[in-house]
Amino acid sequence: MNFVPKINRRSFVVGAAAVGGGLSIGLELPTGPQVVRAADGSPEIGVWVVIRPDETVVIRTARSEMGQGSVTGLAQLIAEELECDWSKVTTEYVTPGQSVARKRPWGAFSSTGSRSIRESEKYVREGGAAARMMLIQAAANEWKVPASECSASDGTITHSSGKKTTYGKMAEAAAKLEVPKDVKLKDPKDWKIAGKPLKRLDTADKVVGKMEYGIDVKLPGMLNASIKACPVFGGKVKSFDTAKVDKMPGVKKVAQVADNAVAVVADTFWHAKTALDALPIQWDTVGNEKVSSATIAKFLEEGLTAEQAFVGNKNGDVKAAIESGAKKVEAVYSYPYQNHATMEPMNATALYTPDKCEVWCGTQDGEGAFGAVVQTSGLPATKCDVHKVMLGGGFGRRGRADYVIQAVQIAMQMPGTPIKLIWTREEDMQHGAYHPITQCKMVGAFDKDNNLTGLHMRISGQSILASVLPSRMDKDGRDPVTFQGLNPSGETAFQYSIPNLLIDHAMRNPHVPAGFWRGVNVNHNAIYVECFMDELAHSIGVDALEFRRKLLGKNPKALAVLNAVAERIGWDKPAEKGRFRGLSQMMAFGSYVAGATEISVEGDKIKIHKLIGATDPGYAVNPAQIDRQVAGSFVYGLSALFYGEITVKDGAVEQANFDTYNSLRIAEMPPVESILMPSGHTPWGGVGEPTILVAAPAVLNAYFRATGKRIRSFPLKNHNLQIA
Amino acid sequence: MVRLNINGKDHDVDVDPNTPLLWAIRENVGLTGTKYGCGIAQCGACTVHVDGVATRSCSFPTSAAAGKKIVTIEGLAQNGVLHKVQQAWIDHDVPQCGYCQSGMIMAVAELLKLKPKPTDADIDREITNICRCGTFQQVRAAIHAAANA
Repeated sequence: MNFVPKINRRSFVVGAAAVGGGLSIGLELPTGPQVVRAADGSPEIGVWVVIRPDETVVIRTARSEMGQGSVTGLAQLIAEELECDWSKVTTEYVTPGQSVARKRPWGAFSSTGSRSIRESEKYVREGGAAARMMLIQAAANEWKVPASECSASDGTITHSSGKKTTYGKMAEAAAKLEVPKDVKLKDPKDWKIAGKPLKRLDTADKVVGKMEYGIDVKLPGMLNASIKACPVFGGKVKSFDTAKVDKMPGVKKVAQVADNAVAVVADTFWHAKTALDALPIQWDTVGNEKVSSATIAKFLEEGLTAEQAFVGNKNGDVKAAIESGAKKVEAVYSYPYQNHATMEPMNATALYTPDKCEVWCGTQDGEGAFGAVVQTSGLPATKCDVHKVMLGGGFGRRGRADYVIQAVQIAMQMPGTPIKLIWTREEDMQHGAYHPITQCKMVGAFDKDNNLTGLHMRISGQSILASVLPSRMDKDGRDPVTFQGLNPSGETAFQYSIPNLLIDHAMRNPHVPAGFWRGVNVNHNAIYVECFMDELAHSIGVDALEFRRKLLGKNPKALAVLNAVAERIGWDKPAEKGRFRGLSQMMAFGSYVAGATEISVEGDKIKIHKLIGATDPGYAVNPAQIDRQVAGSFVYGLSALFYGEITVKDGAVEQANFDTYNSLRIAEMPPVESILMPSGHTPWGGVGEPTILVAAPAVLNAYFRATGKRIRSFPLKNHNLQIA
Repeated sequence: MVRLNINGKDHDVDVDPNTPLLWAIRENVGLTGTKYGCGIAQCGACTVHVDGVATRSCSFPTSAAAGKKIVTIEGLAQNGVLHKVQQAWIDHDVPQCGYCQSGMIMAVAELLKLKPKPTDADIDREITNICRCGTFQQVRAAIHAAANA
C-alpha cells in the first residue's frame, strides 16, 4: 500500500500513493520532451488534467472536500473549459509535498473562509482551457491542419472536414506540447457543465460505507493511539503511572506528547482508549485553574467601556452625534464559546522514519498540515508529505493542525510504525478551537426627525488571529478578522450608510483557544447588528424592512437580496394569525446574503414555519449544491442559536459530548428555501458560510415581534426556549 | 473469542466481551463503514442492524451480538443491488460530508421495514441521528422517495 519512491538520474517520483491507491503522481524529469505522468502512467495535460487511454478524465484538486461540494464544483469549472465528457470525469487530490517539489503549480490548498471556488476559479478554468488547447493542437498537428479549423466537445476533437478523434487518443501527443499561457475563458452565459445543478461526484461511495475518512485509514503494521491533553488549557503533564496500564491488553506504549498530553498506543483504538482511561495522570494546572465562564464574562464586560479599542470602521463623529441626539437607544449583547463538533472526531495517521515523515488525514489546509509535519519532524520538506482523505466535517476546525502535530509527535517515538491517533468525542469537545466569545454594546442615536444619525458598536472579546495566527494581525495588534461584515469596504463590508459611525474592538483574550468556526465572526456580528437594527426601527415605530431599505440605499446588491427574501415571505402582506416574521442581511465572504423567517411561539416553544435565505455570490457553479449549503448552514446556525454553548469551569470546558452539547435533529429542521441570485459581480463570493449569519437574527427578530421580548444572550436554551 | 455473524459471514473476534460492537466491527473485522461519532449512543453514526433492530453499536457489547445476525452498511445491498434507501440517497444527492450517513441510512432502512410509508411525524420521532452538515431536508425527501419506490 505504501508507495516506495524510485529515485534515479532519469526520473524521480514525489509523494506516495495515498491510502486506497491511485492518487499518486509520478513526476518524470526526462531528457526528452517533458511529460509528467500519473502513477498509472497516464500523461498530464497541464497540471490540472490527466487523461487516460480509456478516455477517463482525471481532474486534480488542491482544495479539500468536507461535504461542501467544492471538489465537484471545481471539477465542473475545469471540465467546462476542457470540453470533456462529464460522465468520464473523476477527481484526485494532489499533495502538498508534490506541490512543493513542483513549485506550487496548484496554488493554495486552503478550504477555509468559503474560498475553495471563489479564490481558484480563474486559474482552474485557465488550466482546463489550456488542456483543451493542447489536445486540439495535438490533433491539428497529426492531421497537419491549423488548430483554428478544429473544435472540441464532449472529449471529441473534430476538424472542419468532419475528421474526428478523442482526448484519450490525443493525450500522449498533447502532453508533449507547451502549456499555452494565453488562454481565453468562456463567457459564463455559455456554460454547459459549470452553473448547472449536477450531482456530486462522491456520493456513491458514501452510501455503501466505502468512502475513506481519516479515521478509516489502514496501513500495514499500524498501531492506534488515544490521547488526553491537560483539561485546563495551558496546563502541563506533571506525571503519569505507566506501570498501572502497560500490561493491559494490546498496550504497546504509554507516551508523553509535547508538554501537555499523554497518549496510549495499542493494537486497537479500543485497547488504547481503555488503557488511557485507566491511566493515572497528574496535571500541573497552575495559572488558569480558577477561570470560569463568570470570570470571562466579567473580563469582557470591562472592555465594553474601555478607553483603548481597535477601530474597524469609522466615519463622522459618533460621540457628538450620540450626545446631541434627540433619542438614544442602547443594548448589550453577548455570544458564547461554541465547538465545531464535526461528526468525525479529530484524527491523523503518521509514519515517521529518520528520513521520511508522512501523514494521512482529513485537513482543510493541506499546506498548513504539511508545514506542521515538516516543523514537527525536523525533516526537510522534500522528505515529508500529507495525503488528504475525505473530511467527516470541517467547519473550520480542521484548518488547525494540532491533531496532526500530535500524531507526528507520537510516531516519532515509534519510528517505522504507522500510528493512527483518534481523539475521543470528549477530547474533541474539550480541546477545540472554539467560536470566539464576545460581548457587544450597541448605541444608536436619532435626530428629532427620527433619522439615524449615529451608531457606536463596541465589541469586547476574543480575537481569533491572536489565538491561531498572530502573524496575520496588524502591526498595532489589531485583528482585522474581528470586523467581518463590519468593514468600510471589501468582501465583508458593512452595508448600511450611517453618517456618524464607529465600530471598534476592545480585545480581551481569555485562555480558551479560539478558532475559525463556520461563519467565523459574522455569526455574532450579524446578531448584534441585525437585532439592533430591529431595536432601532422599533424604537421609532418604523417597519424593519423600511428602516433597512433607507440605510441600504447606496448598496443595490444588498438591497436586492433583502428585497428578494422580503418578497418571498410576503412582507407587504400581514402574516396569518399567530405567525410573526423577521429579517436580516449582511455581506460576508464576498457574497450578499439576506434572510427572512416566519415563526409562531407557543409557551417556550418556537416553531419556525419557514426560513428563507437569499445569496448573491456573483457566479453560481452548482446551484443544487449551493441550496444544500444554505440549508446546512441554517442547521449549523440554528444549532448554535438554540443549543450551542461551551462553558468553562476551573479553567476547563464543562461539556464533553452531544448529551451536553446538542445539535439540531431532523424533527427540528425548518422548511428552508434558498434564493440564488448571482449578479455577475467580481470577485466571486463564497457560499459555504455566508447564509449561516442570517438565520439567528431573523428568528430573534421574529421572536421579538411575537412576544415583545428581546433576547440578547445565547443560546436560547438558557432562556428555556426550545425549537419545536 | 466472540463469534459474530456480520453480513452473512461468521467472524471469530478476539475481544473482551464488553468491547463495544462498533470497535469489534471496525477494528477486528475491518469493516469501517460504521462510524464512531460519540460513543454514548447520542449521534447514531454507528447504527447497525442486530437481528433486524437498528442498534447504536458504540454502546452495545460485542458479547450481546453473539449468535445474532448483524448487518452493517456494507451488507445492506443485496446481490449487488443497492437497498432502496441507498438508491434514494443517490437520487437525492443526500450526503454532504457523508460521515453520519451510514448510520442514517441504517436507521432509515429499519424505519421503512417497520413503517413502509412513514409520515413526517414518524420520521421526526424515529430518526434522531445527528448530521452536522445539516442534510435533513434531503434526508426527508429521500425517505419519502424510498417509501414510494
